[in-house]
Amino acid sequence: MERTAVIASKLGLHARPAQTFTKAVAASGAKVTIGRPGGKAANAASLLSVMGMGLKGGEEIVLVSDDADVLDSLVKLVETDLDAE
Amino acid sequence: MADNQNAAQVYKGIGVGRGAVAGPVVRANPAPVAPADAPPPQNLDAAATQLTDALAAVSHELQQRSEQATGTLAAVLGAAAEIAADPELADQAVEKVQGGTDPAVAITAVCKDFADMFLAAGGYMAERVTDLNSVRDRVVARLLGLPEPGVPGLKKPSIIVAQDLSPADTGALDLRNVLGIVLEQGGPTSHTAIIAGQLGLPCIVRVPGAAFLKDDDEVALDAARGTVTVNPDADTLAAVAGRQKALEALTEDKSDGATSDGHKIQLLANIGTAEDAERLTNEAVEGVGLFRTEVLFLDAQTAPTEKDQTAVYERTLNALGDRKVVIRTIDAGADKPLAFATQPNEENPALGIRAYRLNRIMPELLDTQLKAIAAAAKQSGHEPWVMAPMIATVTEAKDFAEAAHADGIQKAGVMIEIPSAAIKAKEILEQVDFVSIGSNDLAQYTQAADRLSGDLADLLDMWQPGTLFLVNRTAEAGLATGKPVGVCGESAADPLMALALTGMGITSLSMAPKAVPAVRFALANHTFAECQEIAKAALSADTAAEGRAAALALVKPEVREALVLEK
Repeated sequence: MERTAVIASKLGLHARPAQTFTKAVAASGAKVTIGRPGGKAANAASLLSVMGMGLKGGEEIVLVSDDADVLDSLVKLVETDLDAE
Repeated sequence: MADNQNAAQVYKGIGVGRGAVAGPVVRANPAPVAPADAPPPQNLDAAATQLTDALAAVSHELQQRSEQATGTLAAVLGAAAEIAADPELADQAVEKVQGGTDPAVAITAVCKDFADMFLAAGGYMAERVTDLNSVRDRVVARLLGLPEPGVPGLKKPSIIVAQDLSPADTGALDLRNVLGIVLEQGGPTSHTAIIAGQLGLPCIVRVPGAAFLKDDDEVALDAARGTVTVNPDADTLAAVAGRQKALEALTEDKSDGATSDGHKIQLLANIGTAEDAERLTNEAVEGVGLFRTEVLFLDAQTAPTEKDQTAVYERTLNALGDRKVVIRTIDAGADKPLAFATQPNEENPALGIRAYRLNRIMPELLDTQLKAIAAAAKQSGHEPWVMAPMIATVTEAKDFAEAAHADGIQKAGVMIEIPSAAIKAKEILEQVDFVSIGSNDLAQYTQAADRLSGDLADLLDMWQPGTLFLVNRTAEAGLATGKPVGVCGESAADPLMALALTGMGITSLSMAPKAVPAVRFALANHTFAECQEIAKAALSADTAAEGRAAALALVKPEVREALVLEK
């Protein structure tokens, strides 16, 4: 199943926000992919892949996983301004 | 040992600083290269395991080193450890190995894919490429059974010899055991050379002959002469000891900078952090001529808040007490990328939106910084001078001074480092309270020569008549308007150049604190009129070498001898 989310962190999924996000994915133990709508999906637990996508604040992303709970919590995370914390 | 075959051999390079030292060589290991034509592994699963083991070991080792380190270095090592542990890096490389690729070749290829992606993403992502390459080099070294790349742990005081050192390598040096540094490549204004200069370590760069040096070779470095002597004889060792003694004696004079007939030149220090300022407590400098505030920003993922900045500026102002402090507003971009402000996809960042130009797209950066400085001034009771870097036009200078004054900053100035600003120095000085010449960037932009390029070092020579002409034009503008004109680049640290600058009418020289004693000594042994003659001689020469030689010929012989000022 998939969910879409809008990146709330002003600077996008870079640096610290990307780290927070990939760590959460890794901690969940679920297999999760991240991608732009209609774009290529990447391993959401990989900081290199996530940072390499250069996702900007306000951009829409698609998360795919078998685990609905994990997806819900990740959507929430992406829609939080991680820079502000 | 010193038989005929081992007779002293001298390699020539470019020296940084004036120190001399002798000791054994320790070579930094070069980065290994995966053999592109390596045959497919015979046992694919074993090769894959070998690769994942190497990645895990490298990550573990970097993590441990990160925990033992502090500050920037800890962050750099931690980031590298995290890259080595990245699941996708391992997955993609293992997939290649399973397809029949040699593990070292596989990890090299996958790292290159990520590096390309990061470079395409632009901006500060490009900085991550260094971390990625350092992970790749360590993993490849492990797979090939080669020593760990970089500087090995030092067991005794040694002289580091390397092809080149990255700022991260230099930052990781165990300074207690570093006597000096010799680089085959690099340039005199590369960051490693600058750091060595600040630490007072003799450093010789661009020494092609250093390729022949091996671990435990005995060498003597003379930074003033730019020489590396292999198997030094007793005379050379005595000269090293003599120089060390002379330099020590120079540091005992703590008086303010002045010519022998009392013409005052402020001798100031360049600093990058509040800790640097606190280290100046017992240094004989008249203040800070350049506080590079970008250091505050370089490690940050987001701009530091006004409150955080105020605390740093206040600490700095308090550390210097009644001494002068010149704060330079953020100078980021080009070779100093910032996580949150670097512009992606600039083809030519040195000519792009950097330093004061960031104000075009992120005005809140400068706004916050000026407010923080004003607050620190109020709280500490000490008034700093504040200047903006990379000013190109009179309008920019005027806008900056107005903004600074509006925030309550009393002394607002600008850097002169772009030729157009030097040409319009008088008009600029009419709008601001002072200017300071950034000689490294002024040379770079005047000669259109990348200051990090060792191959163009001759163009970046401050004695180049074209560059000196613009320095002199700026000094003349200061004399015409009666406003201070400082110099805060590397050239201020050269005692011979300091005499010429004084003769032109420069009013302050800011340099690494370690460089101050030699400059003070040179000034104290010449009259102002003699400095003017030296300036005139340098300015009327046709080439950099002739200008320097003409200036040198006018320097007192005893000063030439003590400071090893030679052709």
